[in-house]
Amino acid sequence: MDKVIKGKVWKFGDDIDTDLITPGKWLGSPELKDHVLETEDPDFPKQVQKGDVIVAGKNFGCGSSRETAPEALLQMGIVATFCESYARIYYRNSIGLGLPPLIVPGVSKEIEKGDEIEFSFETFKLKNLRTGKELQAERIPDFLLEILEGGGQEKILKKKLKQKLKELRAKKE
Amino acid sequence: MTIAEKILARAAGKEEVKPGEYLIAKIDLLMAHIAAARIVARFMGFPAKVRKVFDPEKVVVLEDHFVPAPTVFAANAQKMIREWAFKQNLKYFYDIKAGICHQILPEKGHVRPGMLIVGTDSHTTTYGAYNAAGTGIGDTDGTVAAALGELWFKVPETIRFVLDGKLPKYVMSKDIILKIAGDYKADVACYKSIEFVGKAAEDMSIASRATLSNFSMELGAKFAFTPPDNKIIDFLKGRTEKPVTSDDLVKPDEKAEIEKIYELDVSDLEPQVACPHTVDNVKPVSELKDVEIQQAFIGSCTNGRLEDLKIAAEILKGHKVHKKTRLLIIPASQEIYKAAIKEGIIETLIDSEAIICNPNCGPCFGAHMGMLAPKENCISASNRNFKGRMGSEDAGIYLASPAVVAASAITGVITDPRTL
Repeated sequence: MDKVIKGKVWKFGDDIDTDLITPGKWLGSPELKDHVLETEDPDFPKQVQKGDVIVAGKNFGCGSSRETAPEALLQMGIVATFCESYARIYYRNSIGLGLPPLIVPGVSKEIEKGDEIEFSFETFKLKNLRTGKELQAERIPDFLLEILEGGGQEKILKKKLKQKLKELRAKKE
Repeated sequence: MTIAEKILARAAGKEEVKPGEYLIAKIDLLMAHIAAARIVARFMGFPAKVRKVFDPEKVVVLEDHFVPAPTVFAANAQKMIREWAFKQNLKYFYDIKAGICHQILPEKGHVRPGMLIVGTDSHTTTYGAYNAAGTGIGDTDGTVAAALGELWFKVPETIRFVLDGKLPKYVMSKDIILKIAGDYKADVACYKSIEFVGKAAEDMSIASRATLSNFSMELGAKFAFTPPDNKIIDFLKGRTEKPVTSDDLVKPDEKAEIEKIYELDVSDLEPQVACPHTVDNVKPVSELKDVEIQQAFIGSCTNGRLEDLKIAAEILKGHKVHKKTRLLIIPASQEIYKAAIKEGIIETLIDSEAIICNPNCGPCFGAHMGMLAPKENCISASNRNFKGRMGSEDAGIYLASPAVVAASAITGVITDPRTL
């Protein structure tokens, strides 16, 4: 995980649900990526680029537990999300996949679509490079930061299982 | 401590826990449905020798989303899950014949008071109606839970909804939770544990309580408990391996820390309807008289239980579904289906020209049966009315109680069942 993120902003409103992010009827289809968030912003699936970030309002990721939502954003190149608040399952999934979900009070008023931002994981300060305005994100607790820094839950689990395998082998010998 | 704190403390092996605290807790049960396919895929990436679930008796897997399979893709996913369940020697695997996960787990006695249950479905909060701490997770967390039997948790704050008074005829627990969604909005319980208390909550059947706990997820809740009382013990009698007694019930301490208390007297409550496209866009039914509907749906983990079908049959008896409307009814489980046949409910529903489908998640999540065309409206007893949730993004979904859905199916417009 990079200590500093610099990226271009895609902006969304409040209560962006996981059906909007990954619509049910495209789940499992290779075309899913062409429909991510399309009803909210048709440009998004067409123009999103690696290194971009999302800014949104409150309750981002509400609704279904489908992990396809943060997964699709990650696959499309999104490197972080900055929202007023998150729905809990989405938040967990995002942490688990290694896509940092930052909580930033006031973010939806200070940043617009197309703005460039800079964010530091040291200070947790988010800067709008167009306006110069700086916002303070909530610090991600160390407990969860370790999961993000470890590359996500699956990677950490694999390490644990490898360790378990070693122990099993050692026992045999 | 609150109910949530007590269960999390026990599962984490701690004397006491406080809201905001992070901990690793042992889970008592993992429920996985169609998302199990993604768990299986992740398991394939593990070394063969450690590719095992932590306890084959504590991982319950079922097939309830798009069953029977409507596409080869779905058939493949289901096959993958089925084969994995057998290979892992899971003691409890329910194939497509059983019904919806959140009804099957309590019916088959897998849910006990005090348990910490995670499920790969957001509506796992439903188990709060049985005094268990149930919460939804994604499939990466599901994989960790399946492999290790433990997960990280944040101890949630607890809020209470005090439900006083007595519900009027044809006003249901669904109307209460919709009213709460409308008044306090969809993030009122974000990351919190809810405790429903008060006379109206105590008077309610387990089925009505399950609707409250289920829909609480739409308010952002992590857990949602209804009163821990004998009704739970009665429901679980003969279902669990070991009998449930009143000692098993987890009750909050008198001095438990409650972050906020909301009060609602339900005595004069009018049926409520959540209008497109958010669950908190709620209006009383009397304000929606002219909304035409083309599809009506009673079913899902929210409202597919026997009392839901019964009230629909009572309203539909002697009437026909409006010629411009179709009514889909899906019992939540085979047990409910059979009971509804025995009580003559199914016959009444068929006589009214309703369509009965096999127990499964149905049109609620927009991947197969009952999809909506553009410009169509559906009145649904399910839990989500997001844009495109049931098919076309240009369709409108209105959420309501089974009573309102049944009445609306008769008239073809959104209707208060008390006016028929």
